[in-house]
Amino acid sequence: MINRNPQLNEHGELQHLLTTEGLPSAILLQILDTAESFVGVTERDVKKVPLLRGKSIFNLFFEPSTRTRTTFEIAAKRLSADVINLNVAVSAQSKGETLLDTVNNLSAMNADMFVVRHAQSGAAHLIAKHVRSDIHVINAGDGSHAHPTQALLDMFTIRRYKQDFRKLRVAIIGDILHSRVARSQIHALTTLGVPEVRVIAPKTLLPKMVERLGVHVYHDMAKGLEGVDVLMMLRLQNERMRGANLPSQEEYFKYYGLTPEKLAFARHDAIVMHPGPMNRGVEIDSAVADGKQSVILPQVTFGIAVRMAVMSILTGNQA
Amino acid sequence: MQLPDTEAVYKNLAAKIQADRGKDFALVGIRTGGAWLAERLHRELANSRPLGLLSTSFYRDDFDKIGLHAQVKPSEIPFEVNGAHILLVDDVLNTGRTVRAAINELFDYGRPASISLAVLVDRGGRELPIMAQYLGIAFEFPDEKMLELKQDADGKFSFNLYRKNSPE
Repeated sequence: MINRNPQLNEHGELQHLLTTEGLPSAILLQILDTAESFVGVTERDVKKVPLLRGKSIFNLFFEPSTRTRTTFEIAAKRLSADVINLNVAVSAQSKGETLLDTVNNLSAMNADMFVVRHAQSGAAHLIAKHVRSDIHVINAGDGSHAHPTQALLDMFTIRRYKQDFRKLRVAIIGDILHSRVARSQIHALTTLGVPEVRVIAPKTLLPKMVERLGVHVYHDMAKGLEGVDVLMMLRLQNERMRGANLPSQEEYFKYYGLTPEKLAFARHDAIVMHPGPMNRGVEIDSAVADGKQSVILPQVTFGIAVRMAVMSILTGNQA
Repeated sequence: MQLPDTEAVYKNLAAKIQADRGKDFALVGIRTGGAWLAERLHRELANSRPLGLLSTSFYRDDFDKIGLHAQVKPSEIPFEVNGAHILLVDDVLNTGRTVRAAINELFDYGRPASISLAVLVDRGGRELPIMAQYLGIAFEFPDEKMLELKQDADGKFSFNLYRKNSPE
């Protein structure tokens, strides 16, 4: 058998969404275009369409999350699917059941789709390889590997405010080392033709050889933000830090926290994004988070339309 | 196969709607062919209400078989649907399933006072109890042929007839 992208079926259509890495721009654009139609639906009186009526979608969260789980749940409900939320961290797995046994049991309950969040990189891939061919898997974040729907909603937000990807300078700022969001963003941005993607972070928060992903590395906010159209902030992930990556949060804020003064280095019409949850006063100052250039709340709204698009495209593609 | 003169069929349809101006219709075109048709009717009949456009992709009953169309354009209904007399416009009426999907979608915007249907061609083959109140022409085509509306750069209409599964 030829080695093909495990996310695609034999017709080259999206069967699972596991990562933005290796996805052709046509598929990324199809998701963004479809999401555009769903934004219209979410602005109506009746915010529901009957597309996934009768389908069962299982939210399998092995790691806590409020926003991502909720937006997936709302997205599924607006498509008229039945949603079952499983907080697996406090259920079967704590009794010793393996990941694949959990999945087998839920498949036996006639699941059509799994939305998976797991602390281990590769968990969603493992499930996608294991399930019956008519079941679809969406990765809602695995370890420090990928978080494709977050990256897609970020791309959607950028396109809404800045239109043409091919004219942009984008900076990703903060804890790149632990960030699945940053990896998925970098792959999506480069595939969509953004000519200059920068990462700005202290050396201790950058993965080794990050340049290989096609990004320009900066350690200084003043230089890194010059001429930038889009600032993508990342959360400082205290819960993923092992050992001393940073002297202190105060020290981090002094050099990398986004204040109005540092934002002034970027273009005057630059937009500021953040995947949430925000640490105010650590990676971002409240004056910026709540300021005119912030598009952080629109990101959350668009996240629902983007997840509706992914779910309906996957369901429409059969193996 | 001799196709009817599309421009003549269009003028016939426009005249029938024109002759029945008692109702102050809000026009809603079904993408893509019906949207072109509704845009032209809206302009030439000098309709005073904003034009609505519907994409029925999210309401289709064949989603499980054919999936989501790659280019879904948003629906735009820029008027109050509650209490409106709506004239739904499409290019070809065949099984009636598209019209069913469009009616369902309209009801998610509100409760219209009435919905009527205008189509350029009724090619028969109905699978649902749906009929057009305003019709350009009734014309039978072989089942294996697909009929679609084309619009040229000057906005003139023509029909394209092709074999199923092999566009053009």
